[in-house]
Amino acid sequence: MAVPQLAPTPVKTPLPPAKIAIAGLFKTFATRTGPFTALDGIGLDIARGNFCTIVGPSGCGKTTLLRILAGLETATAGEVTIVADDPAKPLNAMVFQGESIFPWMTVWNNAAYGLKMRGAPRAHIREVVAHYLDRTGLAPFADRYPHQLSGGMKQRVSIARAFATDPEVLLMDEPFSALDEQNRTLLQEELLRIWDEAKKTVVFITHSVDEAVTLGDRIVVMTAHPGRIKAIVEVPFPRPRQVLGLRRDPAYGALVFRIWGDLRDEVDRARRQEAEIEP
Amino acid sequence: MTLSPGTRDRLIGLASPVVLLLLWEGCARLGWVDARFFPAPSRIAANFVKLASTGELWTNLSASLDRLFWGYLLGGIPALLLGLAMGLYRPIRALVDPLVAATYPIPKSAILPLMLLIFGLGEASKVAMVALGVFYPMIINTTAGVLEIDRIYLDVGKNFGAGRWQTFRTIALPGAAPLIMAGVKLGAGLGLVLIAIAEMVGAQSGIGYMIWNAWQLMAVDTMFVGLIVIALLGFAFNWALDEIERWLLPWKARG
Repeated sequence: MAVPQLAPTPVKTPLPPAKIAIAGLFKTFATRTGPFTALDGIGLDIARGNFCTIVGPSGCGKTTLLRILAGLETATAGEVTIVADDPAKPLNAMVFQGESIFPWMTVWNNAAYGLKMRGAPRAHIREVVAHYLDRTGLAPFADRYPHQLSGGMKQRVSIARAFATDPEVLLMDEPFSALDEQNRTLLQEELLRIWDEAKKTVVFITHSVDEAVTLGDRIVVMTAHPGRIKAIVEVPFPRPRQVLGLRRDPAYGALVFRIWGDLRDEVDRARRQEAEIEP
Repeated sequence: MTLSPGTRDRLIGLASPVVLLLLWEGCARLGWVDARFFPAPSRIAANFVKLASTGELWTNLSASLDRLFWGYLLGGIPALLLGLAMGLYRPIRALVDPLVAATYPIPKSAILPLMLLIFGLGEASKVAMVALGVFYPMIINTTAGVLEIDRIYLDVGKNFGAGRWQTFRTIALPGAAPLIMAGVKLGAGLGLVLIAIAEMVGAQSGIGYMIWNAWQLMAVDTMFVGLIVIALLGFAFNWALDEIERWLLPWKARG
């Protein structure tokens, strides 16, 4: 199985060792019509502090890949290693797609959830949660329940909850896909700002090429049926980035266009396959 | 004058029993119904006051409440724990579900002789009947409540390192709470039904006993007092449970 090798990136300093190493990853699901290969030999190294976005058509197994990284799913074959720099920290924290904050907890308790589960000292929880609620603009809503919040605010809580546990790796599964355009842009900006503070290693799944280019240091383009890596693209834009400023840059448009080219074949192919399957 | 729909509903809800009582009173006084079988509400009320002042009513009421309390506790808590376990763990569900499904349709009142056989004529058989009444709606609703929790919340718990007990406490219990509360309400009603039946057989106290005894003595006034007390109990339980629900589940959006 030919897995595209990573081209060495032209940077002055040598690449730090991989924070996440994925090798020969396969995932097959049993379905009524026989086994379905979701991931077909994924190999990928993600460097420490890298913001890696994964973009691909729906059904390309990107969510499955993330769930394996999160330990929520087991691989059929292959290996995933997340290097722990500090054994006291959780290996990963996930920002889920859709509504994942507990409706029965206040914003504050939701944001504190990971820390509480790990038995962090109260004073520490208070300090960290206050910090991230402040960063996400949620401080005035600390005592609200989720049904009193907008979709964008709910996703902010989810982000605060993940950052608060200070994980080795942050996993984000299309966290903004359910939001409207304005909210998405705002949250992208906030995410970049928070990320700039700690520069955590991030794996960010999206189906939006714009989002992948805006946020990522490196973009992994995936194919569907079976899920494979089609291309890996380095994003040259410097940080800190400004979401709207970036979009004015002609290089931004060129990059989006290029990735779209990679992706369009895949989307077309996926659509044809779906048409064949559907009666 | 315009009223909010809520106020209007409350007024209508208040008016319908009042109108019915007035109608009844009128019919009884005019002799349109046989006052031996349907004594006028005013006579029943007078008898209510009499039974309350002699203490007879309170003795019976407290006996029933005592049995209800222990029955709710002994039926409700195991049902809650078992229901949570059934919702969370498939093997437990596979083990217990057929038993529940097979025994649930048996009318609880039909089990009374068996209960008397097992627990005797004393307190235990009455408490057991109430416990039985509470157990089924509680276990069924709790299991359904846990199963209905969106899978994503369990993933969140797992991802953020929640252990077995923490998952129980922070996800399964609060997530299932709305349906559990519905089960508690159903169980409270069934408990009242069953305590009345159980106390009619071989009891020396309780509201059910009071009703049965009044029937045997043809003291129809007292019989109606017993019925009204049970109705009031049902109403009070429902109101109290609504308040508890509001307090326990502040996160439920209410229309």
